Amino acid sequence: MQLIPCPWCGPREETEFHYGGQAHVAYPEDPSALTDQEWAQYVFFRDNPSGPFAERWSHSAGCRRWFNAVRDTRTHDLLSVHRIGEPVPDLGEKDEVVS
Amino acid sequence: MTADIGIRTSPLAAWTDRLAALEPALTAVERPFLTQLTVRVSDPVAVAGMGGALGVAFPAHPCTSTRGRGPFGDVEVLWLGPDEFLVVAAPDSSVPVEDALRTALRPARGVVVDTSAQRTTVALSGPHARDVLAHGCAVDLHPSVAPTGTCVQTLLARTGIILRVADAGSGAFTVLVRSSFAEYLAAWLSDACVEYRAALS
Repeated sequence: MQLIPCPWCGPREETEFHYGGQAHVAYPEDPSALTDQEWAQYVFFRDNPSGPFAERWSHSAGCRRWFNAVRDTRTHDLLSVHRIGEPVPDLGEKDEVVS
Repeated sequence: MTADIGIRTSPLAAWTDRLAALEPALTAVERPFLTQLTVRVSDPVAVAGMGGALGVAFPAHPCTSTRGRGPFGDVEVLWLGPDEFLVVAAPDSSVPVEDALRTALRPARGVVVDTSAQRTTVALSGPHARDVLAHGCAVDLHPSVAPTGTCVQTLLARTGIILRVADAGSGAFTVLVRSSFAEYLAAWLSDACVEYRAALS
């Protein structure tokens, strides 16, 4: 089974984790000013890259903390994990790591 | 319809005999009604103060626990999260321990909640304790990576547990399991022990 490295607990089995979708999707500063199309874009539309992807995970059966991870969507490799509040990883740099 | 609160029945009261039958491969004993207090606090001064009140310093690192003796007897403090701890003390001591922790917490922000009824405790030891746990739990419990005091929250046979390494040398563990899952876990332990009971008899 795939091991996911929780930034608090260390590597644990994938079944202990819960997936939270794309990370770093900012809430609109003034939601009421958005058009319906812009709001739909914020609520429903997410990136779907082939390669490194910053996403949220929760260690739901362990420390129950949310964290961010960069996962390669082609290989399912977890390239890096970081705690909430730690800086956003540079996806461009990570791209070079992937063969 | 009245509830008789004078009589308590522990979640595994009906399993005492069946757990005892697992000897000598596995010694599984329920430790019912332990006082358990969930503490949420992130202020380091308050954490140190609460440790002082219990006579046991709170664990400083993830997935560890501390144990010691203080004014409330033997107390264990388990790390559950970066700002979350579980204080485990003797049965029926929740009120004085809670009061002491609340006093030590002030003026920082945090919570102390009595969660004693949420979980029951099963103490596991014996020559095959580690083997039996390995049947349902992927966490590496070898003494070199899980020394005495290691405390992890994980899944054992798909049941959420808190697993504390009580003594890495002899292979003694403490498992805290939700009360409603306790009988399932006891049944699973009995089943997982079958091959070791045959080998020893």
